[in-house]
Amino acid sequence: MKLPFEGAIDCDLHPAMPSVQGLLPYLDDYWRDQFSNRHIDRMPFVLSSYPPGSPLSSRPDWRLPSGSPGGDLDAIRRQVLDPFGIRYAICNPLHGAVALFNDDMAAALCAAVNDWMARELLDREPRLRASILVPAQSPELAAREIERVAPDRRFVQVLLLAMGETPLGRRIHWPIYAAAEKHELAIGVHAGSTYRVAPTYSGWTSYRVEDYVAQSAAFETQLLSLVAEGVFQKFPKLKVVMIESGFTWLPTWLWRTAKTWRGVRAEVPWIDRSPAEIVREHVRFTLQPIDAPPAEPDMLLRTLDHLGSDRLLLFSTDYPHWQFDGAEALPEGLSGDTMQKLLVDNPLETYPRLRDAAVTAGQDKTSGKEAS
Amino acid sequence: MNVAVRHATAAQRLKVVDCDIHPVYRTTAELHPFMAAHWREHMATFGPHFRHGLTGQLPFPRMMAAGMRVDSFPQDGPPGSDLDLMRKQHLDANGVECGMLIALSRGGMEERNLEFGAALSSAINDWQLECWVRKEPRLRAAIVVPQENAEFAVAEIERRAGDPAFVQIMISPRSSDPLGHRRYWPIYAAAERCGKPLALHVAGYSGGHPSTGSGWPTYYIQEHYAMSTGMQNTLSSLVFEGVLERFPKLKIVMIEGGFAWLPALCWRMDKHWERMRAETPHLKRRPSEYVREHFWFTTQPIEEPENPEHLADIMSWVGWDRLMFSTDYPHWDFDDPKQAFKFRLTEQQKAMIFRDNARAFYGLP
Repeated sequence: MKLPFEGAIDCDLHPAMPSVQGLLPYLDDYWRDQFSNRHIDRMPFVLSSYPPGSPLSSRPDWRLPSGSPGGDLDAIRRQVLDPFGIRYAICNPLHGAVALFNDDMAAALCAAVNDWMARELLDREPRLRASILVPAQSPELAAREIERVAPDRRFVQVLLLAMGETPLGRRIHWPIYAAAEKHELAIGVHAGSTYRVAPTYSGWTSYRVEDYVAQSAAFETQLLSLVAEGVFQKFPKLKVVMIESGFTWLPTWLWRTAKTWRGVRAEVPWIDRSPAEIVREHVRFTLQPIDAPPAEPDMLLRTLDHLGSDRLLLFSTDYPHWQFDGAEALPEGLSGDTMQKLLVDNPLETYPRLRDAAVTAGQDKTSGKEAS
Repeated sequence: MNVAVRHATAAQRLKVVDCDIHPVYRTTAELHPFMAAHWREHMATFGPHFRHGLTGQLPFPRMMAAGMRVDSFPQDGPPGSDLDLMRKQHLDANGVECGMLIALSRGGMEERNLEFGAALSSAINDWQLECWVRKEPRLRAAIVVPQENAEFAVAEIERRAGDPAFVQIMISPRSSDPLGHRRYWPIYAAAERCGKPLALHVAGYSGGHPSTGSGWPTYYIQEHYAMSTGMQNTLSSLVFEGVLERFPKLKIVMIEGGFAWLPALCWRMDKHWERMRAETPHLKRRPSEYVREHFWFTTQPIEEPENPEHLADIMSWVGWDRLMFSTDYPHWDFDDPKQAFKFRLTEQQKAMIFRDNARAFYGLP
């Protein structure tokens, strides 16, 4: 079944990450030696947040006969790009490098993943775009990786995780935002934790389902951190996309933060207007997961009304994660205008690099030829 | 004439049960009569031993007047330490027929020395009785317990269980482990036995973990917000660990943690539980069903949407029978019963929120 608008932009797609063996061609001699001598090339580098066998990590009908879900470009074409009529899909690499403590090793792996992404996926499939994987452990090295990859305009975003060591608004992270703004890259914050601290304020949960549920609280935290620290005053052209964040929690965030800010604004004097306005200008949210009761579509429509804007949501399938069944990627009851915004206009507005469509399409063909 | 009209309105006004009032002692000497000599000496010599880097102050300094209503300071002592002022300024003025004391300061909840914590909890409970409830029949106490040691906590609950002045058992949701963990279950068993609800009030640094799953925030505006994300984590732990399956008569009220997040959290829990249910086979029902049956919420700080009617949607999704009015007197973000709601409640909704839900929940006459 086709979506109502041919040409939808899927803002969250997860190709399987290559093994370290698969990355060896993209690493220099020192790291190739290190990885093979230390048997690091036999390690999985899978984030704890997404164990491959977990029901959330792949829709049952999107699992492949062999290999990891999302591990086959033909399957990506067949299962998502073709049936959903996708014009562009943004690949978000979920790779364990970001959880290492060794900054330099993380930087080497991130660079290898980015080069692998360009060569193995972007060159081979012109509908794909990607986020830059960065060693966020070291904002300095992360900014350097952004500078290195930025000339390739098929990279449209920088990817960070929702749960790390310190909240993302902290000034220590600002070199990442400076580099992103300079190169017209959005900052994408994706669900997941490096587990530097316990996932809740009262410590370590027992079950994975709790951790996943707690991701939405992490997004609330990050949103407030970015706003309170003045990131959007410092970087006025920056766009932040909350990916796989859920969004039905957002109205409460907008209400509560706007109210508390009125009471304590003297503490954060650089916030010169309601936090709700700042969010509506600078922050976007991908559609999946839709945390709302399927049996009561009216509740979701009311919640969308509570958001106070139809420019905040970006279409996503979250392929191959299991967020919906069949072709039910969109909620029921949306107006044609809202769907047009969700599927096409909002993503184009959010990602400047998707807007140079004509140019990019030309470049794609050229670079594809060069690569072959 | 205006004055006369106002008096008439006040007389006809609905009586209020305030589910969150904070009493404070004028000085620690008020606790001395309720402590053994060696603990008094310990308190004077070593002071409280908490899990953060500053002693005698909070690491996220609050705003105006250390987070107190500026008009709530008595002649001497801190806000909330003078019963006469509390009567005049709040209980009488706002038509409070019953007020729930939430004694936060220097309770045993966050003391690292567990034996000292047990002594403090017991002293705070005696102090609530002698200095507040015995003097003012409109007030009720909560049993403060040293929650990180279930044995001490249960002993304190059992000591107080027969006294109707104590209507609930207070533990901090900001615990050392998520509250669903089994180390806390003896407390829930004791609560079930004595038929008193659990009161979870946001507070303190009890557990010592960063206030968010993404690390420590910078500003008070964030620390304030973290109470609401933390409360969501706590609720999720109690549900997914199976506490409500194991203790089917347990009733829980979440105080000052907000409530507007509840519908979205329930939707999220239900959706992901459905996918992941093989991981938690001890759950027999959808997470939202446990929540609907076991949880109540106080209203302050009330949400203020740009369109006030949007809050009515949320309240109907939470359940009009599950929300209980609270003021947080004497704290800065106090909700005035006359102004808290910016949209029109029906007479029945008003009666439920301001009075009847709490009467039923606490079994008040």
